[in-house]
Amino acid sequence: MKPEDPADSDRRDFLGATTAVVAGIGVCGATWPLVSSMNPTADIKSRATSEVDISRIKPGEIHTVAWQGKPVFIVHRTQEQISAAESSPGGKDPQPDQNRVQKPEWLVVVGICTHLGCVPNRGGEGWVCPCHGSRYDQSGRIMHGPAPRNLEVPPYKFVGDNKIVIG
Amino acid sequence: MGKRLVEWVDRRFPLTTFIKHELTEYPTPRNLSIWWTFGFFAGFMLVLQIVSGVFLAMHYKPDATLAFASVEHIMRDVNYGWLLRYIHSTGASAFFIVIYIHMARTLYYGSFRAPRELMWWTGQVLLLSLMATAFMGYLLPWGQMSYWGAQVITNLFRATPFIGDQVVIWLRGDFVVGDATLQRFFALHFLFPFLICGLVMIHLVALHFVKSSNPSGINLADKDNIPFHPYFTAKDFYGLGIFLIIFFYFVFFHPEYFIEEANNIPANPLVTPPHIVPEWYFLPFYAILRAIPDFAGGVVAMTLSIMVFALMPYLDRCKIPGGSRYRPVYRAMFLIFAIDIVALSYVGYEPPSETLAVVGQVATAIYFSLFLLLPFASKWEDQWLRKRGLPKPVVEMMESEQRQRAAGWR
Repeated sequence: MKPEDPADSDRRDFLGATTAVVAGIGVCGATWPLVSSMNPTADIKSRATSEVDISRIKPGEIHTVAWQGKPVFIVHRTQEQISAAESSPGGKDPQPDQNRVQKPEWLVVVGICTHLGCVPNRGGEGWVCPCHGSRYDQSGRIMHGPAPRNLEVPPYKFVGDNKIVIG
Repeated sequence: MGKRLVEWVDRRFPLTTFIKHELTEYPTPRNLSIWWTFGFFAGFMLVLQIVSGVFLAMHYKPDATLAFASVEHIMRDVNYGWLLRYIHSTGASAFFIVIYIHMARTLYYGSFRAPRELMWWTGQVLLLSLMATAFMGYLLPWGQMSYWGAQVITNLFRATPFIGDQVVIWLRGDFVVGDATLQRFFALHFLFPFLICGLVMIHLVALHFVKSSNPSGINLADKDNIPFHPYFTAKDFYGLGIFLIIFFYFVFFHPEYFIEEANNIPANPLVTPPHIVPEWYFLPFYAILRAIPDFAGGVVAMTLSIMVFALMPYLDRCKIPGGSRYRPVYRAMFLIFAIDIVALSYVGYEPPSETLAVVGQVATAIYFSLFLLLPFASKWEDQWLRKRGLPKPVVEMMESEQRQRAAGWR
């Protein structure tokens, strides 16, 4: 048998590499529908807005409503709470209170601790997370603990005087 | 008839050869202690969990509105449903105890060293698969602790750079842990044990290629090996008897030790229980997560605390055989490590407080510094022990191993 022609082996390597690349792209393409099927389904995504009647929330009271399955705190803040929140610049993620509310007496924040996703309880100067002890103030800003960010303010708007639409 | 059947099979499938090679003539060191039976216990637990799990799945409903009630249904209405469930819930803890002892033995006796690195690494993959399976199974009863455990752990993936939020939503199939999460966890909890079975096969093929380690840390001469069957089948099953007495004591008399009280309350996505803790087998890693004040840093440290074991064959640079047995420095480090794990578990279990945060940070620092110190400590220990003069039997063992190696032992 003739010794292998080096040009021939180059050609074979090229064919091998090309086959591997095409097969790799094929496998990725075939995986895509599987990966994508694990994302939220259309019916879950359609729960994008929640309407809330706020006329029955008295000053100093807090209501928890579900938006996209997440708890949202709606707080009717008292004058004291507003002045306390406005006079403080916030903790490790400073943000003025005015930028976190549309009307100073109504605070709307997602009730999910920005650390690991527990629901903070009312306590301390605002909220305390039971999981790892993060503390939030009357504006939902992180003051102490491991949470990296302030409680998220969801998109919402006031519809008339007594209703807000979240989302 | 029987003999002719075996002959018929043997002409088509290597049945007798296989049994001879892997059991009746498989050479096993005669000095294996009780600590070498835990691999067998782990295999037994895998079978027990699969069997009890498959029968539980015949009655369980993976639906957020039905799951909690279907577990109650198993407990009250299904014949022996309570037994199946308590075997499965207690079994998860027993499985981890057995695996952790199996790992501790490997670390103590240095069994992870050449040529058994692949045994150690396949074992590491098995541990990770077991943790994933246990974590997903824990969501299925759909109690408060199940729910919030899953919520917290899936949230850890937010530490993924750039696409963290999308990864978390993708894992859950919803914005929070919900029905979609429960169904996929059930599907994967059912699948994973069979992947683990495959991995165990690889683990065993590697074992039967490099053969068992033994307390001396030296590969024994042929005359010191005895066949696995009947000697070690007898020993392993005797050990299993004792193990099962302890296991079923907990199944029958204290199954509630392994079920958090808060899990008797159905999952509520709007209220977190006042004190959430992971299952005991995750506590040390959870404590490390909490010890780092930075979120991403905590997740990285927790991941590292599990993955760092894989480096052990390279971190340990001492050539003296037998792990801790002939090495006082390594033994001391092993003991400190064991105490440190217990301290971390305690910190992980207690609610967060300022004193405990400091204890947790110190324990975390000790945990990682032991791994960092090991390359230097083991090198120094090797030189120190040689200078001091090794005991005669150890020198003899090392020399006999060298002769075997020279004689073409692989």
